Amino acid sequence: MAAGMRVLGIESSCDETAASVIDGNRVLSDCIASQVDVHCAYGGVVPELASRRHIVSVLPVIATALSEAGVTLDDIDGIAATAGPGLLGSLVIGLQAAKTIAMAKKVPFVGVNHLRGHLLAARLLDNTGTPIPEFPYMALLASGGHTAIYHVRNWNDIECLGQTRDDAAGEAFDKVAKLLGLGYPGGPVIDRMAAQEGEMEEFPTAFRQRDNYEFSFSGVKTAVAQRVAQMGRPSREQVDAIVRGFQKSVVDILVRKVVMAARSRQVDRVVLAGGVAANDGLRRHAAEVCATKDLQLFAPPKKRCTDNASMIALAGLLALQAGERSAMDLAPRANWPL
Amino acid sequence: MTMAPFTIRSEADTETFGRALAGGLRPGDVVGLCGDLGAGKTFLSGAIARAIGVPASTPVTSPTFTLINEYPGGRMPVYHMDLYRLGSPHDLYELGLWEYYGGDGVCLVEWCDRFSDLWPDDALVLTIALGTGETRTISAAGQGRGAELVTFLQSAFHS
Repeated sequence: MAAGMRVLGIESSCDETAASVIDGNRVLSDCIASQVDVHCAYGGVVPELASRRHIVSVLPVIATALSEAGVTLDDIDGIAATAGPGLLGSLVIGLQAAKTIAMAKKVPFVGVNHLRGHLLAARLLDNTGTPIPEFPYMALLASGGHTAIYHVRNWNDIECLGQTRDDAAGEAFDKVAKLLGLGYPGGPVIDRMAAQEGEMEEFPTAFRQRDNYEFSFSGVKTAVAQRVAQMGRPSREQVDAIVRGFQKSVVDILVRKVVMAARSRQVDRVVLAGGVAANDGLRRHAAEVCATKDLQLFAPPKKRCTDNASMIALAGLLALQAGERSAMDLAPRANWPL
Repeated sequence: MTMAPFTIRSEADTETFGRALAGGLRPGDVVGLCGDLGAGKTFLSGAIARAIGVPASTPVTSPTFTLINEYPGGRMPVYHMDLYRLGSPHDLYELGLWEYYGGDGVCLVEWCDRFSDLWPDDALVLTIALGTGETRTISAAGQGRGAELVTFLQSAFHS
């Protein structure tokens, strides 16, 4: 990709306020005003606080992103902000900041789909030397709010092959962690505990049949709830065995589906995206399976899997280069399927 | 307060229950769904939404992270909400939940027992208790419009 176009990206669709500057697809800065500490106190994300935090954080985060990139607003050629899907009260804050700067500095502005950002995140270049995938590729996008398989033929030619019918994978991790009293967020705790070898409970997986790219995680969550109820107060060993079995059940089905989709569509690249792609067990299992099937796996650095603004900047840059512009009255969209 | 228990023996029974209830719902109704993790609140919400006519191409998924899902395409809009992650009553105002109650569609609200003192008086509240396997007991309760819906369910639902 030609360098020379610098885009400021702003993300505020859910928990994180984030800003980033990219030059072509090279990341110059990538800043997140993390809210994890605030959420820990409540065992979950607190939207009211999140919303208020976005207002407080958005301008400092933008200023930090600019200064870490060594640029000023005068060096920015375009501005992108997440326009959906997400929480309206949170989205509107990042969008408004982006529009205001675009109007004041007379640079083009575009609203970006958060899911498209996740699906393109693996194509961001940084100094970690992680290889980036060419199009087309098959992507697994799994996070707290979304779980789906996408055939990404180009940045603007993306087909959803199937998605969850009930809970998202990340939500299943959080709720199972809650059932077992393991704290929030559930993903990293379960990932760490499941890495220890030992006894394993068996849990069901849904939709295992060929050519079905839908997911369901409510069954495994209910199975864990029923198992815990049977046990009364499960011992440390019993909790460990549940955690291992749950993680295996979720990781197996996620990898199985994206690999099956890649083979069926004759695509030889597989990309992991979304917060659940930061799960080490998932990355390891995906690498093993892809290696046996002659598929090339691209697992971006973890900070590009979870919500970030670089991915929004990249999706925005590609749209701006294609001549797309959003109107200044662009409204946020709570639901916005790709 | 009018209350009635309903016995559910299978997922198919839950779908029948959702269909029966949907037959009596009209715009402005608020249905709360309570019950432990894994009780089947999202599944029952899906059954109600489908019976209202939300097309199969629109997935009815858990709103835990998204907080509000909107499903068009049925005989009235369905607003599917979740209070699981909310930390305080202020969050309800912040989210603008009030603006949906009594509006142009039906509101299905999971984890409605959080902040129950802020709950609309005439909502129908369904509490799902987990049995073994697919067995569940759904307790329906309400006053005013909610009581009408409990009575309606007693005549409309037979497992």
